[in-house]
Amino acid sequence: MKHLTILGAGTAGTIVANRMRRELGRDWQVTVVDPALDHLYQPGLLFLPFGARDEQKILRRRSLTLASGVRWLDRAVDNVDTLTHQVALEGGEKVPYDFLVLATGAHLQPQETPGLLGSAWHKSIHDFYTLEGAQTLRESLEGFRGGRLVLNVVDNPIKCPVAPLEFLFLADEFFTRKGRRKDVELVYATPLEGAFTKPMASRVLGSLLEEKGIRVEPEFLASEVDADGKILRSFDGREVPYDLLVTIPLHMGAEFLGTSGLGNDLNFVPTDRHTLQVKGQDRLFALGDTTDLPSSKAGSVAHFQSEVLAENLSRAIAGRPLVPDFDGHTNCFVESGFGRAILIDFNYDTEPLPGHFPLPWLGPMTLLGQSRRNHWGKLGFRFLYWNALLPARPLPLPHRMSMRGKRPASDLLQAA
Amino acid sequence: MLHEYAGKTIETTPDGFLVDSAQWTPAVGEALAAEVGLKPLSEKHWQVITFCREDAAKEGQSPTVRRIAKLSGVSMKELYELFPKGPGKLAARIAGLPKPQGCV
Repeated sequence: MKHLTILGAGTAGTIVANRMRRELGRDWQVTVVDPALDHLYQPGLLFLPFGARDEQKILRRRSLTLASGVRWLDRAVDNVDTLTHQVALEGGEKVPYDFLVLATGAHLQPQETPGLLGSAWHKSIHDFYTLEGAQTLRESLEGFRGGRLVLNVVDNPIKCPVAPLEFLFLADEFFTRKGRRKDVELVYATPLEGAFTKPMASRVLGSLLEEKGIRVEPEFLASEVDADGKILRSFDGREVPYDLLVTIPLHMGAEFLGTSGLGNDLNFVPTDRHTLQVKGQDRLFALGDTTDLPSSKAGSVAHFQSEVLAENLSRAIAGRPLVPDFDGHTNCFVESGFGRAILIDFNYDTEPLPGHFPLPWLGPMTLLGQSRRNHWGKLGFRFLYWNALLPARPLPLPHRMSMRGKRPASDLLQAA
Repeated sequence: MLHEYAGKTIETTPDGFLVDSAQWTPAVGEALAAEVGLKPLSEKHWQVITFCREDAAKEGQSPTVRRIAKLSGVSMKELYELFPKGPGKLAARIAGLPKPQGCV
């Protein structure tokens, strides 16, 4: 019996497990290791703070998301030994592998910023990237009558880099609908120079922030929080007082990757940007939030990567050369409030551009512009996620980015 | 954009980063620092600049400010005193390295 072992059963690990189970013969055992009993649809967390109570729609028993024939071990990993090709689980049990897929994702590290964790945690300081954080924030927002709400991104990279903006757009709508918007000041403290890293999208998203009266505190690297005095401080000596602080803490890869010598200084795994093979490791592949690649840490990336990874895994097993097929393709819905959303589509080399998706010129969704269809696209995606994406059924979304139907940035800058 | 630094003609990006980091010399570094008002450079400045160059040669990319603070022996607080505003960007620029990649 040969072994394909997959560490982590989030979006990336689940798609790879289900797909490879179908593609590999019965002489292969496919094993996934993940200690969490439920699979969380992370994009759904965004809506909980604003009153959505659809926890049951964004959580599913892990066993229901894995194809029959995939073996699941609900255990935590202690270390990977790349010399003996074994994964040691906590408690000492060993799992062998012929090929190993690293898909343990990115994890929040609030303890890295002094003052975040303490008596104010999940009271006047919240995250919304965890179920508990999103739920306690829902209570705090419901009772928030007025004052300054500060959203701070501690450092990049983070999961879903557009989520902080979406949160602010939805907060603007939430307080407007409650009739409290004039009493609430919204502030976005970010280590970036502007709204987003890519110039075209930064312009579009930056002007939306301005339109909605959301103040940006740029190049703000948070050093500490004074939870009693309710002040957020930066390394360059700036102070931002808050009444409610929403933090996106530092992200890191799984700790065992660092201790096993597979991670960089943030425990993300150095990975070949086109083949997805772990650098210097013939039998290891990595995808999703786990890698150190300059592509977004987003579910769409995990999905596009899974196709390249499955192809290369099959090639590695057969001893054939790998294909350098991953181009950094990312596709994100950005909720812009009041029932509309923006869709952005980009890769390593091309920034988000206006156009239509998935069909060039026809859409039905518009790129880099707000529309209601985009918003419904975002909501409808949850159905696709559970029923097509995770089971690795074919989807009409090409893993390579297409330029068809898009207007190049040079045209737009000339027209502007 | 073409500039003259320490008697050499050197091309930079619009925001002032060297296009070819091989053209860098310590004298070029001093000229780049003077351009942003950092003059003279202290021993601590050089400790950071040297770390950045060595780390970039090894890793193939400019280190992030968090990485500099962790590995160079100069704390985050000192980094902000030495290179006010954005130590990651400023140190990379003076060290003749590409602009550190933010996230995506």
